[in-house]
Amino acid sequence: MKAMDAESASVAVMLLFYVGLPALVLFVGWFVGYLSETRHERSLAECEEALRDVETTDMRNPPGFAVAEGPCMLVSGEAVVASDTFKSWVFGLKNIVGGESKFFTRLFERARREALLRMKKRARELGCNAVCNVRFDSADIGGNASGMKKKGSNMAVALVSGTAWRRPVVA
Amino acid sequence: MTIVNTETIPGKTVVEVKGLVQGNTVRAKNIGRDIAAGFKNMVGGELKGYTELLTESRREAMSRMIAQAEALGANAVVNVRFSTSAITSGASEMMAYGTAVVAE
Repeated sequence: MKAMDAESASVAVMLLFYVGLPALVLFVGWFVGYLSETRHERSLAECEEALRDVETTDMRNPPGFAVAEGPCMLVSGEAVVASDTFKSWVFGLKNIVGGESKFFTRLFERARREALLRMKKRARELGCNAVCNVRFDSADIGGNASGMKKKGSNMAVALVSGTAWRRPVVA
Repeated sequence: MTIVNTETIPGKTVVEVKGLVQGNTVRAKNIGRDIAAGFKNMVGGELKGYTELLTESRREAMSRMIAQAEALGANAVVNVRFSTSAITSGASEMMAYGTAVVAE
């Protein structure tokens, strides 16, 4: 009877260790990740509203550009946003059945919007009100210094560059 | 020095093409950043250390490109493009290239 008790206790400890702990990590990842995602999207919306007057286009030669005066300078923005354990786990499951991963689509969108905002901010700092020839780029900075790519370390990298210029304001 | 990623510079005309200039840099992330990133990967959110790394390497590559353009006697670089490549995990290369020109 005693031996049975010891056995079931060790099974309980094992269960707690192998199921409870990952579940806790997943839950914390989901909770904190959800909070930071919501906060980030709110701040993105606010900043986008504030920088609305900076007109962005990926045209090389937008109307008025050739004869524009004032500062003209290359501006860029970058952002790296990490996924959380929950999203990575769901993506792992998604990889089995295939299909769109909404979480990661959102993650990349956030990184791209953030990078675009930073570029617009720099354009505004230079006294410009428009950015043309906007290009999106990406970079692979995965892995870490010890040379091994950690399982589940997913991040979205967004690089944006463009030419900031002063667009004549049409009265 | 005017740096743009368009082919023309507003209000100026390109009078002389000096040729292709480029600058690159390979940067490794340090272990402190990796550890911080490892934690961030559990809860999500922006990896500020990596963003900074990208900004720094972009600046470095651009300043090397500008130095080359200055050595050629150019006063502007047009059609600037960036390119990145992963060398090994833990390090990445940032390259900036463009055409050095004299614009008036």
